[in-house]
Amino acid sequence: MGRSADIPRSAGDFDGDDAGCTLLHVDMDAFYASVEIRRRPELRGKPVVVGGSLRGVVAAASYEARRYGIRSAMSMGQALRLCPRLIVLPPDRAAYSAASAAVMAILRDVTPLVEPLSLDEAFLDVAGAVRLHGRPAAIAAGIRARVSEELALTCSVGVAPTKFVAKLASARCKPDGMLVIPAAEVLNFLNPLPVTVLWGVGARTAELLHRLGIRTVADLADTPLDTLRRAVGVAGAEQLHALAHGLDPRTVQPGEVEKSISADHTNPVDLTTEADVRRELLRLAEEVARRVRERGWVARTIGIKIRFADFRTITRVRTLPGWTDSTSTIYETATELYAGLGLDQPRIRLAGVKCENFRVAGEAPEQLTLDTLGAEDPGSSRPAADQVIDAARARFGTAAMGYGTLLPTALPTALPTTGQNDRATGD
Amino acid sequence: MKFRVERDALADAVTWAARSLSARPTIPVLAGLLLTVTDDQLSVSGFDLEASTEVDLEVAAAAAGQALVSGRLLADITRALPPHPVDVMVDGSRLTISCGSARFTLPTMPVEDYPRLPTMPTTAGTVDSAEFATAVAQVAIAAGRDDTLPMLTGVRLEIEGDHLTLAATDRYRLAVRELTWNPGDPSAEPAQVLVPARTLADAAKSLSNSESMTIALSSAGGTAEGIIGFSGSTHGRASRTTTRLLDATFPAYRSLLPTEWASTAEVVVAPLVEAVKRVALVADRNAPVRLEFADGSVALSAGGEDEGRAEEQLEVGYEGDPITTAFNPQFLLDGLGALSSGSARLLFTSSNKPVVLRPDASGAGSGDYTYLIMPVRLPG
Repeated sequence: MGRSADIPRSAGDFDGDDAGCTLLHVDMDAFYASVEIRRRPELRGKPVVVGGSLRGVVAAASYEARRYGIRSAMSMGQALRLCPRLIVLPPDRAAYSAASAAVMAILRDVTPLVEPLSLDEAFLDVAGAVRLHGRPAAIAAGIRARVSEELALTCSVGVAPTKFVAKLASARCKPDGMLVIPAAEVLNFLNPLPVTVLWGVGARTAELLHRLGIRTVADLADTPLDTLRRAVGVAGAEQLHALAHGLDPRTVQPGEVEKSISADHTNPVDLTTEADVRRELLRLAEEVARRVRERGWVARTIGIKIRFADFRTITRVRTLPGWTDSTSTIYETATELYAGLGLDQPRIRLAGVKCENFRVAGEAPEQLTLDTLGAEDPGSSRPAADQVIDAARARFGTAAMGYGTLLPTALPTALPTTGQNDRATGD
Repeated sequence: MKFRVERDALADAVTWAARSLSARPTIPVLAGLLLTVTDDQLSVSGFDLEASTEVDLEVAAAAAGQALVSGRLLADITRALPPHPVDVMVDGSRLTISCGSARFTLPTMPVEDYPRLPTMPTTAGTVDSAEFATAVAQVAIAAGRDDTLPMLTGVRLEIEGDHLTLAATDRYRLAVRELTWNPGDPSAEPAQVLVPARTLADAAKSLSNSESMTIALSSAGGTAEGIIGFSGSTHGRASRTTTRLLDATFPAYRSLLPTEWASTAEVVVAPLVEAVKRVALVADRNAPVRLEFADGSVALSAGGEDEGRAEEQLEVGYEGDPITTAFNPQFLLDGLGALSSGSARLLFTSSNKPVVLRPDASGAGSGDYTYLIMPVRLPG
């Protein structure tokens, strides 16, 4: 059954070489907002967000709303200040789940190798589907056409030889677009990008790289592996080196929407002090919290994983009374779980932080606490810091802003390290 | 050491003293109960480094002395003894218990290794033991159980003149109970301490049959600083228990209690408890129960499309603008259960502000009790 008739002009326009570009990243555009607009056509072209009440947060924003600077995870109060005529709709999880299932069904018509990342995002491996459905660019165009015709929704598709390039590509053609990065163009595409686009480059690694004068992917690719190893450790160096050369061995893992989000890190040197462990947990909590917020979710179960120098591994989880996407709540829970282990002079090889038990933000009931009494805007004072950090990073890269305690310890004391008193004296 | 004692008196004393023993002691001797005979008195004491218990009873002593034996074994044995006088004696490193034709021989542990029990602090005053036990139970229910937040696992005990105030919070609810007591020195400086909730509830309950209960608190810098003691006597048995105070700051809770209300509901407690339990059946663990108060009624509901839904309507005395609020059902049930009155008042300010439960003003013996719950903010 040929689908050539479905191929829109945009794919026809692509006459480059998409051989070997067998990884697709499909990302729905403003998903929750688009599902709402689909059933209320009078909202089309208007700034619409989906989210909680006045005190809730934005779970999704239409592109019209984004023009006002409104972003996911922003507080509703702030969004309304940016755009007073903003249309705020309550989330309808059932509707989004149904729409997501319909999208995933279209993707699974192409190939069973579909790896959903969240309700509105998935990777596809189309290597085997090429004989049946045509070249990757045609498959991508076909998916976009079917999603548009059958579901009245739009998506953006990145087509590339690797997962991470496909994901970068889809982000660069949003909304309602597609971008093919031919194998021969991968390096040209990556080279000018800042290193922070690479998977695994957080604030700490970025700072380490910046001190070596490495700012772009090209800089990184040109850096000898030995130099990188000394800067960021063996495992990290090899991964970064490979990514900078466009190599990403991750394959598509077919499965359901993720049940947990976790981050862990094997330390080049075992962690032995309480302060180091807490700093590591903060870094991991921040990473996990950011990914939870990116998906517009909130989590209720927080866990830690600790692997000792002898490879003995323990995990602990705690279910909170309410849902959260706050870095500080996740961090505090992680440190409490760690403190609860009552370790005496541990040598810790790996630490991990995990969130699970998700709901869509703005849809979860929130157990209020006495701590929030007296606060002007109960419950959202801490997330406000998260939103500022997320927003700054979205614009300026991961290294733009973060927690002071996570700055590399080797900072020269001459640098202005306001508020880092414990740090500056430790050098 | 050798003595003869009434079977029930011994069983009661040993059971009481064994309460403080830790199931997994940090050092082996702490699994023991120390028996000390002087003149015609037997003291049974237990200690887990945090809390200590000691009970004195009359015995017919033939020889003074001390012995340290496994507390759990001793408690199990004394509870199972037949109704006959009990003879206890130490023979070398063995303790022998004879009762009727039953005979037990237990190994003893070295008395020299046993830590000294904390000295009882100076007496601060006395309180009706049953009322105190009730008050502690009403408050301890709101204390946190998470040992990583020690300041929330305690009950704050404040004394000022003849007022005694107990308060506890786990951040989601706050319980406060006020009662009067008899201070030893009515002009003493006000004092505030934080007592581990579980130990306090245990001590208060175990002394609730005493004729009266003494609270002992050391002044700052005194010999027994950081310790609180409770003592009482029942049936000629003198019991003492001490516990280490928590060294943590309790939240400034008084300012959290609202003073003005937008509306009030008068409810009969039992049917509301039943209704909350029923609708909560469809809710996930800790998922909220919604309560919508309007003229003369409350509509309870829980659940949603995914998990199933339950609704129930109850008549209540309600005046004011309709208000919808939602609670973790367990927090609400804990509070309703702790009121110990047939009817209650719920005091509201607004949906996302704390709600205060109070026993009905006419409720006898309910004292001055306040249970505050933070609601769950509903989405949308």
